[in-house]
Amino acid sequence: MIKNILILLTGIIAFGFSQKNETITVKGSDTMVIIAQRWAELYMSKHPDVTVQVTGGGSGVGISALINGTTDICNASRPMKKSEKEKLKQRFNTLGVEIKVAKDGLAIYVRENNPVTELTLQQLKDIYTGNITNWKQVGGPDAKIIVYGRENSSGTYVYFKDNVLDSEDFAPSVQTLPGTAAVVNAVSKDKYGIGYGGEAYAKGINILKVKKDANSTAYPPTEENVKSGDYPISRYLYMYTRSRPTGVMKEYIDWILSKEGQEIVTKVGYFPVK
Amino acid sequence: MVGGNINLKKRFRFGEFIAEKIIKGVSFISFAVIVLIFIFVFREAAPIFSPTKQTSTTNTELVQETYGEESSAASETVTEQKNKSVESSGSEGDATAKNLLGNEWQPVSENPKYGLLPLIVGSFKVTFIAVLIGAPIAILAALYTSFFAPRKLREFLKPAIEFLSGFPSVVIGFFALVTLASLFQNLFGYQYRLNAFVGGIALSLAAIPIIYSVTEDALSAVPKFMTEASLALGATKWQTALFVVLPAATPGVFAALLLGVGRAFGETMIVLMATGNAALMSIDFFEPIRTMSATIGAEMAEVVFGDTHYNVLFFIGSILFVFTFILNAVAEFYVRNKLQKKFQGTA
Repeated sequence: MIKNILILLTGIIAFGFSQKNETITVKGSDTMVIIAQRWAELYMSKHPDVTVQVTGGGSGVGISALINGTTDICNASRPMKKSEKEKLKQRFNTLGVEIKVAKDGLAIYVRENNPVTELTLQQLKDIYTGNITNWKQVGGPDAKIIVYGRENSSGTYVYFKDNVLDSEDFAPSVQTLPGTAAVVNAVSKDKYGIGYGGEAYAKGINILKVKKDANSTAYPPTEENVKSGDYPISRYLYMYTRSRPTGVMKEYIDWILSKEGQEIVTKVGYFPVK
Repeated sequence: MVGGNINLKKRFRFGEFIAEKIIKGVSFISFAVIVLIFIFVFREAAPIFSPTKQTSTTNTELVQETYGEESSAASETVTEQKNKSVESSGSEGDATAKNLLGNEWQPVSENPKYGLLPLIVGSFKVTFIAVLIGAPIAILAALYTSFFAPRKLREFLKPAIEFLSGFPSVVIGFFALVTLASLFQNLFGYQYRLNAFVGGIALSLAAIPIIYSVTEDALSAVPKFMTEASLALGATKWQTALFVVLPAATPGVFAALLLGVGRAFGETMIVLMATGNAALMSIDFFEPIRTMSATIGAEMAEVVFGDTHYNVLFFIGSILFVFTFILNAVAEFYVRNKLQKKFQGTA
């Protein structure tokens, strides 16, 4: 019996060592960590000869790593900036390859029993730039709005700044937290808190409906609304590589873009690109 | 002429010689490492003092290759993405003295603002709170263990409190973020759940073991004859402890405080998690703050090498470095001179 197990074990170990192991490193957006991990896990279980290492840190971190040559693929929840492309060109004489892998609606969170259920883009902008400081001004209780956001290394930060704040600066009183999970946690404990982040993370809090302006209807960030563009704050999620993917990397990315890979996107709570 | 005995001695000395050189070498290496770190930090921070005009690169649109987008052309209208790739050459603002002394910290912006004042205020505020809360607790605890505690208890208490200093600061930070913050908000009913006060309390947990440990050592170093004389004159134990021993150990206690301040000032994870990280310029203890160390912790990993933002972060690093270096040096030399002169010199 024991002998059998031993033989089996040696077999497994020998098998393990005989595999030539290809490693792909993926780094970047915290918003995409969950989805990237699911992809990696499933892909590795189907292709035992490939190891996919996933780390988060923020889109900026990922892009820096791509520029510094310490990662193969970078996840980013925003497109690469011009300055970053220039840096990449300086180092590797390439502009990089952009791959859209999923779509995401950026959700606005408030705590569960907050009476406010919808905001306009303008109100959101005013809240985050510090022009609106009391819930009363947007139809809520008479209490100061406690505003949470993300660290400036986050793609979500940049996205929110570009698309909701029209590139204006965040108010200094916006509290920045490391990670969307931390924002959700903080908002779920703060009676008068508001925060933003990927829709996939939103558990145990209310998600606001958002409307383009005062006269239009408000939409929640559902798949249809994000796809149709009715929900005003939606974005692509990207993967970047330095050069056109080949070999194992190409297989991996093709698989992500395949029906199977995109099913995971839906499961995690984002929206497929296809 | 030479006896075997001496030969043996010589060989023995040779081994000793080697060992001595090795130890010397190792200590010099560690010294060299510190100096090199010093140089590295300052070198990375240096470019902000000599701003090289960023020659604005070609304005041609840099179009990236795309991959796997056969069908996404159809869904081009789906998102509202305003692709702002025409930003003014990234975050390459200039870090002039005026910019650095501003009171706004907005490093990722169309015209980045690197105002360090709110960060410095934040660091000092949270350190002040931490020491204000931690120091009395630590000093009283040290007094207790060195005077009042039974020997057995003392042998248990001292290592136990010192053990606290090995506690991972992430754990303390997380504890503050999840538990302490809600607890104190319910207790005091202030507006911001995460603020300087919560951060300061969590930080004091990190500072207490250091202040305690050094104070305890200083108290034990006070010669026994002083205690005995005081007791013999009829003073109570309390009077002896508070009015004889504690004053005698003042330099040591002072050094302990400085070391505690240094620890709190440089601590990163706790403040990053518990203070809310909003770069506000206020002296209100119950408003969120952003410290220098937390700023480095949160942003260093993300910046592009050689960017102004990167240099400014290193500049913050060198401020921290110089400050803690001075603190530690003062603590070290002050104690050496004062405390030893006081007892060895006059005894």
